[in-house]
Amino acid sequence: MNCDVCKSNEATVFLTQIVQGQMQKANLCEECAGNKGVTDPTGFALADLLAGIVAEQRQESALVSKEKECPSCGFTQADFKKAGRLGCSHCFQVFGTGLESLLKAMHKGTRHVGKVPSGVAKAHETTGQVAEMRAQLDSAIREERYEDAAALRDKIQKMSERGSTTESRAVSGAKANSLPTDEKPESEAL
Amino acid sequence: MKFASLLKQPADWMEVTGPHGDIVITSRVRLARNVDGVPFPGWARTEDRVAILEDLKAKVESLEMMGDAFSEELSKLTPIRKQVLVERHLISREHAAKGAGSGAVMNSGQTLSVMINEEDHLRMQAIFPGLDLKGAFDALDALDTELEKEVNYAFESRFGFLTACPTNLGTGMRASAMLHLPGLVLSDQINQVVQAVNKIGLAVRGLYGEGTEALANLFQVSNQHTLGEKEGEIIARLEKVILQIINHERNARQKLREENPAKVMDHIGRAYATLRFSHIIESKEALNHLSMLRLGIDMELLPKKWAMCVDSLLMEIQPAHLQIRAKGKLSAIERDTLRAEILRDQLKSLPEPDIFTKDEQVSSEGEDLQPPESELDDE
Repeated sequence: MNCDVCKSNEATVFLTQIVQGQMQKANLCEECAGNKGVTDPTGFALADLLAGIVAEQRQESALVSKEKECPSCGFTQADFKKAGRLGCSHCFQVFGTGLESLLKAMHKGTRHVGKVPSGVAKAHETTGQVAEMRAQLDSAIREERYEDAAALRDKIQKMSERGSTTESRAVSGAKANSLPTDEKPESEAL
Repeated sequence: MKFASLLKQPADWMEVTGPHGDIVITSRVRLARNVDGVPFPGWARTEDRVAILEDLKAKVESLEMMGDAFSEELSKLTPIRKQVLVERHLISREHAAKGAGSGAVMNSGQTLSVMINEEDHLRMQAIFPGLDLKGAFDALDALDTELEKEVNYAFESRFGFLTACPTNLGTGMRASAMLHLPGLVLSDQINQVVQAVNKIGLAVRGLYGEGTEALANLFQVSNQHTLGEKEGEIIARLEKVILQIINHERNARQKLREENPAKVMDHIGRAYATLRFSHIIESKEALNHLSMLRLGIDMELLPKKWAMCVDSLLMEIQPAHLQIRAKGKLSAIERDTLRAEILRDQLKSLPEPDIFTKDEQVSSEGEDLQPPESELDDE
């Protein structure tokens, strides 16, 4: 078995740790174990280490898809892999979907629930509600409750229309969140 | 406000003791914010950074709550001055390494400071004495709300405040407390505590944040998650854990006092002797000894009056503060010599406590000197 970090040397150090009720494992070679401070029990947190490894793997798998580029700042996926940072706020619309799994490993959730700038508060609320109703709609379709699904679809449509008339910065974000019209799952299912 | 006046004025948090001030030195909250549609500092060209700095610097300076602010571009500060700001926790080490296109604005009480073009366009922080994360957050939140009226923040419903690094998405908030934990270090319990804290999604770091050593038995405890949790929830969770650590530290100190008083006295006595009589001393050694004196004060083995002096020494003997005092660049050996001189002078000015010369452990010695009243009556 090869080391999770350098992927070239034989792994000789095997670590297991329970973090927030979840078991995490890491296989490392002696050199990487030394570099990551694993051999020194005082300064070591498996969670930190794993977050790094997982991040690297996710970024690599995301890279397999064709190289995307942010139209606003020219930032590419390769740049993200190199720096671990994004280029500008618009990059999130380009690379956002690929980030989900990385964020799951990093954070408590994948959706913002904290402070909202007052200028976008209303639109943000709508987006949140729409997202929630979409989830309800999906489960309604799965469970073949078509009447509920139809009602939800109409509600979502109404709210989205109202949302798009609100002039605010969040609108672009809200659009990015909602599914493109040609992919609406409910129209196919009904 | 000029740099000299900023220096002369000790930070507000150094002047007063906050809640649980014997263990919690400071509470800090920082928020990361960016301007919508403008490349993040790490990706922007220098001219873009200069332009955004100019714009943001003026906007931050004009905020009423920044008062008579100290505000400067980093390219106009000498390396020593930048380092002083790091030692006062007003800017990060990473920010101090920046030049053209980056800046810093802080109020005169040094409770609020804003870094411009660090990793994000705006990194603002509030620093309060003792355990008061809520107080620090409220102050910073007010600043953020004011600034939001002037700056078009990058925000998206799903990811919240957009930041260069995905680890800060969502609230963009990092809350931390600086804890003095000599009891847990002396009783070899600190590793257990650090590991336990790591396991519940919080981080423990050294004196100057990520990747720095724990000097003077000072540890920073902070949140790691910023997305999927509300600001208030993050702070409440962090505060709960910190209160538990405080409890552990108090118990450790109590246990040391009961089970091994000689060990405690030895540590404090040796620390005093070294600081009082050495002629060359490195900052790491000095900080660790000062930590022992602070422990002695907190355990009421040393006079309470010493606290002010020890606390200000913790700041004054750091490398950049020394060089500002010397009005020039000093070599390592010159610094170590000047540091020892300051420490000797300061400690000489304090009356030598008799606990160092007594053979027996001091406890209720005052009462033993006077015979009980009844005996006096009999004579």
